[in-house]
Amino acid sequence: MKLKVKEERCSGCNVCRVVCTLQNFGAVQPSQALLKIKGQFPDPGTYKIAFCTQCGVCAETCPEEAIVERDGEYDINYTICTQCLICVDSCPFDVIVVTESGYPAKCTGCGKCVELCPREAVLADHDSEGE
Amino acid sequence: MLYGYAGSILKIDLGTGEKKIENTPEKMAEEYLGGRGFVARLLYDMIEPGTDPLGPANVIVIAPGPLSGHLLPGSGKTHFGALSPATGGYGDSNMGGHFGPALKYAGYDCLVLEGAADKLSTLVIDNNDIKIVSADTLQGKGAIDAEKELKEQLGEDFQVLTIGPAGENRVVYACISHDFGRQAGRTGVAAVLGSKNIKAVAVRGSKPIPVFDPQAAQAKGEEMYRVCFGKPGFKTWTPYGTASITGWANEVGAFPTRNFQTSYADFHHKINGQAIIDRLLITDKGCFGCPTPCGKYGHAKTTVGSAFVEGPEYESIATLGGSCCLEEIEEVAYANYVCDQLGLDTISAGVVVSFAMECFEKGVITAVDIGREISFGSLEDVVYLLEKIAATEGIGKILAGGVKAAAAVFGGGSERYAIHVKGLEWSGYECRNAPGMMLSYMTADVGAHHNRSWALGYDVSESDADVSELIEAGAGGSLEVSSPEGKVDHVISMQHSRPLYDALGICRLQTMEIGFETSYYEEVYELITGRKISWQEMLSISEKIWQLTRQFNVKHIEGFGRSYDYPPLRFMEEPVASGPNKGRYIERKILDKMLDEYYEKRGWDENGIPRAGTLARFGLA
Repeated sequence: MKLKVKEERCSGCNVCRVVCTLQNFGAVQPSQALLKIKGQFPDPGTYKIAFCTQCGVCAETCPEEAIVERDGEYDINYTICTQCLICVDSCPFDVIVVTESGYPAKCTGCGKCVELCPREAVLADHDSEGE
Repeated sequence: MLYGYAGSILKIDLGTGEKKIENTPEKMAEEYLGGRGFVARLLYDMIEPGTDPLGPANVIVIAPGPLSGHLLPGSGKTHFGALSPATGGYGDSNMGGHFGPALKYAGYDCLVLEGAADKLSTLVIDNNDIKIVSADTLQGKGAIDAEKELKEQLGEDFQVLTIGPAGENRVVYACISHDFGRQAGRTGVAAVLGSKNIKAVAVRGSKPIPVFDPQAAQAKGEEMYRVCFGKPGFKTWTPYGTASITGWANEVGAFPTRNFQTSYADFHHKINGQAIIDRLLITDKGCFGCPTPCGKYGHAKTTVGSAFVEGPEYESIATLGGSCCLEEIEEVAYANYVCDQLGLDTISAGVVVSFAMECFEKGVITAVDIGREISFGSLEDVVYLLEKIAATEGIGKILAGGVKAAAAVFGGGSERYAIHVKGLEWSGYECRNAPGMMLSYMTADVGAHHNRSWALGYDVSESDADVSELIEAGAGGSLEVSSPEGKVDHVISMQHSRPLYDALGICRLQTMEIGFETSYYEEVYELITGRKISWQEMLSISEKIWQLTRQFNVKHIEGFGRSYDYPPLRFMEEPVASGPNKGRYIERKILDKMLDEYYEKRGWDENGIPRAGTLARFGLA
């Protein structure tokens, strides 16, 4: 599932980040979440959401070609990944994390953040699917 | 292994700089859950009788709960406690936001601060890396400004607590601020932090919290959110938040107005939830894990000044809007902002300011005493007094002690309308036709605070309807005289159920406002912690904590007893001036009868002191 966001709806609750780490890592550890919320306070009083747009920059920069596109989403092939972490630095949205094992992890499009966002601020981007 | 908990308690002696990391005792987790339970137990054990609340021997305990930081609705709560400079007894305050979860992700179920730093400092906790650094550059800064500066300096992923000038100057109702609009407002916890020379605490946590059955806990957490999404109140209550009750509180004659002279404000429609949406709102602002964000962040423009501000919540509307008679939502919001920057609890500050206004109106204090003439309804006067209080200058020095202390200085019969219990100012519900709510305020361990028991629904509708249902039903025509019969049982029951959320580290509003079922907490608690314990058993723990905090007051307040459990004379002798409850008050003999029944059911003697057998029954002897 590709994501899109409506930042004006976000209330900064971070439910998306907690469920993300449970779903992807089996842990309650939002520091490892594959999307980020940044409050802009006190002025102008809004939230910014950094999320994986499946832009493919990580795949382009991976020297091992370990990140591959499938149906519009990019997945890391951990049998090829050498933990060089170039993808982490190259991500324009800073949403590829380094896990405890030393491997990078990126949004898998699982859609849990979309399911549980109480505000409908994180949404499935059906329009661009299949592009 | 303690699943659900972070596993450690961080104790810091600010005087020596010594830091101790201890395992969270399993026995304490089992017997007191966390949050309020940890706060009450540790304060009881660590503070000696005769301790000066503003001296280095006082202790601050900051504790999220076992459910804080997990995947379930409202898991962002943190409890703060200390020997209160406002009451001299048990003090605590609960706060939302993101601090408690961050503390757990850093590895701590509890932060205990003892002693005092030799100069103004910031405590920085970056997982295991703990530093006490100079806060020279933050001295005298507003709480919001200080938070902004620290987040810019340390990084967005730090969660920050700050105090404003009021805390630095030991105003006894100074509040701890966080997340640009969340506060641990009550009982003067920020004055204690100020007395310890701590301007701010910043924490970054990046560790996981161990979960007994992660997969099942995730599934249950997801289900809990979905159930919340399906509640009618999810859509009808959330847009307005706590301010949604403003109209209802007026309809039922419970809205404190003109320093509680009356209980109805004819301008209430200009300071309600709709006014916030129409005239202030930028975004809804949620605490960690919240599906129903009551925080309404906006911008207010007034003739006195303009500001970005979270709120006003209902309580600030009631005390700054109703009690001080600020008739426009922008004015209430701006006064709210001034309190936030200065680091003043909007509840106590609003009541103190309105008390001063009535004192001036009645000639008890003069323009010379105050430095100018003041009147209800003037934002300029409200801001003037708030600034004087935070700076403890002139009249502000007296008002900084709260209404009980100020009335003792002013005299002239002002104690009759110094609206407090035990030295803590009354929050936003006028009770002269609400005997259950009145008893709730009278017997709350911290003083006149509504969050231990909110029996107003029973007083008005004789039902256990949630708030969104009460608002939907409306006042229903002319109001009957509310009977005290049966109210003691409701109050006691609520004094166990509502503070239980504070022990678990979660928000009660999903249950209280939109009717979310408590059985889910029981289920998710078992999946997260691996401990099976029924809601009823948790309520028994909450009852034990209630007995402990009462005993804390007996231990620390000389001569503590029944005389500390009465409302001001205004509520027992003076008829409500106008509105739906015009002419009503509750005679002392009725309250005495309720107190007798309450004490008996609590297992306390006629002076309100827990009997030895009662304490023994709860393992507190």
